[in-house]
Amino acid sequence: MRKIYRTISEISGNVISVYAEGIKYGELAEITSAHGKSLAEVIRLERGKVSLQVFAGGRGISTGDEVRFSSSPMKVSFSDDLLGRIFDGKGYPRDNGPHLSENLIEIGGPSVNPAKRIIPRNMIRTGIPMIDLFNTLVESQKLPIFSISGEPYNELLARIAMQAEVDMIILGGCGLKYDDYLFFRDTLEAGGSLGRSILFVHTAADPVVECLMVPDISLAVAEKFALKGKRILVLITDMTNFSDAMKEIAITMERVPSNRGYPGDLYSQLAARYEKAVDFEGAGSITILAVTTMPGDDVTHPIPDNTGYITEGQFYLRHGRIEPFGSLSRLKQLVNAKTRGDHRALMDGMIKLYASYKETLEKKSMGFKMSAWDEKLLQYGVLFEDELMDLSVNIPLEKALDKGWVILAECFTPEETGLRTELLNRFWPIKEAP
Amino acid sequence: MTVQGKVVGVYGNMISVAFDGNVQMNEVAYVVLGDKKLKSEVIRIRGKQAEMQIFEISKGIGIGNPVEFSDDLLSSTVGPGLLGQIYDGLQNPLPRLAEQCGFFLERGVYLDPLPGDKKWEFTPHARPGVRLTRGEVLGSVPEGIFTHKIMVPFNLHASYTVKKIAPKGNYTIHDIIAELEDQHGKSVSVAMSFNWPVKRAVDAYAERLKPVDTLVTQIRIIDTLFPVCRGGTYCIPGPFGSGKTVLQQLISRYADIDIVIIAACGERAGEVVETLREFPKLPDPRTGRTLMERTIIICNTSSMPVAAREASVYTAVTLGEYYRQMGLNVLLLADSTSRWAQAMREMSGRLEEIPGEEAFPAYLESVIAAFYERSGMVRNKDGSIGSITIGGTISPAGGNFEEPVTQATLKVVGAFHGLSRERSDARRYPAIHPLESWSKYNGIVDRKKVKFARDVLFRSDEVAQMMKVVGEEGTSLDDFIAYLKGEFFDAVFLQQNAFDPVDASTPRERQHYVFEKLLQILVAILKMPDKDDARSFFNQMRQKFLDWNGTEMNTDEFRSIESELMNMLRSREVEQLDKIYDSQEKSGEGDAKNLPHHQ
Ligand SMILES: Nc1ncnc2c1ncn2[C@@H]1O[C@H](COP(=O)(O)OP(=O)(O)O)[C@@H](O)[C@H]1O
Ligand SMILES: [Mg+2]
Repeated sequence: MRKIYRTISEISGNVISVYAEGIKYGELAEITSAHGKSLAEVIRLERGKVSLQVFAGGRGISTGDEVRFSSSPMKVSFSDDLLGRIFDGKGYPRDNGPHLSENLIEIGGPSVNPAKRIIPRNMIRTGIPMIDLFNTLVESQKLPIFSISGEPYNELLARIAMQAEVDMIILGGCGLKYDDYLFFRDTLEAGGSLGRSILFVHTAADPVVECLMVPDISLAVAEKFALKGKRILVLITDMTNFSDAMKEIAITMERVPSNRGYPGDLYSQLAARYEKAVDFEGAGSITILAVTTMPGDDVTHPIPDNTGYITEGQFYLRHGRIEPFGSLSRLKQLVNAKTRGDHRALMDGMIKLYASYKETLEKKSMGFKMSAWDEKLLQYGVLFEDELMDLSVNIPLEKALDKGWVILAECFTPEETGLRTELLNRFWPIKEAP
Repeated sequence: MTVQGKVVGVYGNMISVAFDGNVQMNEVAYVVLGDKKLKSEVIRIRGKQAEMQIFEISKGIGIGNPVEFSDDLLSSTVGPGLLGQIYDGLQNPLPRLAEQCGFFLERGVYLDPLPGDKKWEFTPHARPGVRLTRGEVLGSVPEGIFTHKIMVPFNLHASYTVKKIAPKGNYTIHDIIAELEDQHGKSVSVAMSFNWPVKRAVDAYAERLKPVDTLVTQIRIIDTLFPVCRGGTYCIPGPFGSGKTVLQQLISRYADIDIVIIAACGERAGEVVETLREFPKLPDPRTGRTLMERTIIICNTSSMPVAAREASVYTAVTLGEYYRQMGLNVLLLADSTSRWAQAMREMSGRLEEIPGEEAFPAYLESVIAAFYERSGMVRNKDGSIGSITIGGTISPAGGNFEEPVTQATLKVVGAFHGLSRERSDARRYPAIHPLESWSKYNGIVDRKKVKFARDVLFRSDEVAQMMKVVGEEGTSLDDFIAYLKGEFFDAVFLQQNAFDPVDASTPRERQHYVFEKLLQILVAILKMPDKDDARSFFNQMRQKFLDWNGTEMNTDEFRSIESELMNMLRSREVEQLDKIYDSQEKSGEGDAKNLPHHQ
């Protein structure tokens, strides 16, 4: 039996209150106003008073509008029919396909028992040398892409979506610009990847509360597919919009902010999503890559700061490239011993030389004289940036390693690289006699 | 009849309950939801309404759901069988939970913390007729490599006469092993396990002592510069990625201690997995058995219910106190105490308490102080000495130590190992800042020598700062050498390669030995024609020294590298100032200017 109420006692921001009975925490309701219907979720029970966050927002809601409780929490349909489809933050179709309502699953379910987790072991290839070679992505890893607005982070995600060696892509859009949404849709379609993808897209024009649902819906669906043996890559853009939506609700609920207006549970809320990344023994896995734009390019801002404490490393996107400094895959050492014998050494050695190049650049800019060694570094830096760092470079790991050696050989003598003799003997390119 | 109540409010993980009768602060109650009972704890009482933090996801709870109060405070179960266990914050055994529920943490499932069917070989120690009080020994069972003392339960506050005691034999933890009788003739049956409320410090010992013995961690920068003491406390604040967890993991492996309790509090689950998958395979160098046999893991990671996270550090310290009562040395590693503080903050916010700085509750400082106060060395009633050392990591917002949790912790701990982003970015691990960190405890090296070595670092840093302005050209050769010495000391001693099988852990004797050799280099007045030469000399020395660090002590190779090192030094040494650190002491403050001058 559905319970219907027609007296809304409070409306504040996107939160309304009704006096109602028999309501459960987390229950979903439908509100019918002059402007249409909207879903709403119970976020507080206080004696008879029920507070709900209204997905479509509080604007235009009248105290006399009808609130119909559903006796059930937020759910999403789960089946293979989801593949190739595009939905909004509520799970309603955004494409022209049919509304799906069979086999509903709950979102925001319990977390995985740590005793059931296993040590990550598989690399995910992306064809991007700055990832594969220098900060390898590992199955079940959770990584943010720290970026300032204006950087091509969505282009990067789309490329990863097309190229990553996984079974399925789930893309969660939080506050996506409409153009960016179209960009993702068209790129995946043109690249033939839409068929293995599911999109849950909340655009900037949609009501802000719906943004809050996107990571949970995406991850709930991912979890079901992973349990069926699929290796899923979940891409989310942008978690900063998600966090800001949470802040908005917290302030409406008059919760005491902890840091720059964000609620004290920001860390736990973000962790609840990121920790969905997992490798199920005997089944599939979930890997998460999430864009986090840094307000004011400040990594100590509460959103990137809390994120960094949760995730297993981070990619810094700066000047259109994945920065070698600061970027870190904490799990890479679990896989890069098994790729190729020169992987680890080349990874460290090339970054060290690149760091020296940066120092040389600084000296140069201060007008110091360039030594012969400095000149070599300058040549190396340019080659490194153009042939490996540039995001348009698209080659498998082995090719990237080979290219690394070619660049080294072009700029340095073997001893100057600081690499071990044994490796040099095996991998140093032999120059053809002229 | 226990007290009953009804849910009148739900707000995140806070439940409001109307009740009749009497309810205790911190009492456990269960919210009845269908066929499930969800555990929660009373955290405020006002009139006939109690606020409770629920240790589970609160979805689906509604007004009017029945609540059953248990009349018990939130407690841990203690007894033989704790070692090697992996628990959540409320002592639910996670591997057995997984057997029952599969991949996910199903709410409302609470299993017995200790195996009830396992038989333990009990040997009685107390004879009938003797008078005992709580914490005194009734008998013992072997638990792995330890003799696990079976004591008069700590919650029996009278003085008892032993009426009956079980003969030597095999018993489960539920079997009655003794009948006791108090002064009034009331008798009590005692089994091998009992409960203790986690938020009360165990105090069934004779006397608390001042901690004095260095706890050797085999991390050089700690043992030599910023030592930890058995029964003492330390903290490791640092921004994300600076190496807090790796450092705690290293200490959990190599520290010279009987029992390690790891409280994985509100951080990544993946990190605990490494420990719980690897410890059962890693040998404990002291005993040859696996590390798991001396370890208990309390695991309430970031996506597990927040209220249980708050409880988890108390569960951990309670289990530690229990083993301390047996005269064992326990090390409690909490990673991260900030997540625990945040759990308190979250609940305080829901309770609408007046917030302090960064919205942490006003009682943050006193709660942190009380937690660290549960460390300490004690003399037990049987004369044995036991200790708990507490080391907590802190995850300060934005990596800035000027925040409430770091500041409150610094007031109460005995050692501060501050990790710096600069050092971790430069891959100088462990990234403990050698100039800013401190310790109030005694280390394994003579204080005067340590002071000398630290002055070398200060001096080196001074020159480095100066060089940033005037460049290498504008720096004198003397100053430049002072700078190189500091860098050298840092590279070959303070930094330690966690992934090298030998270098990862340096035993006490080796630290002594290596430090003495290092001092010879640091005090030496060296002859260098120019800076390039000085740099290349120290580069060569560094390479040699690092090779030495990677070599097993007392092998031929070890000795041969050592003599090469010393020959290299002698080839440049002008004068040896053996006891420079002694003469320095006399000149008072011994500031950096008194360091040897180079020609
Ligand atoms: N002692 C060390 N030796 C080598 N690498 C280290 C060391 N400490 C930290 N690291 C590196 O830094 C990364 C982050 O360390 P971690 O302890 O997880 O940081 P935190 O807990 O402070 O966030 C590790 O994954 C590892 O790559
Ligand atoms: Mg950590």
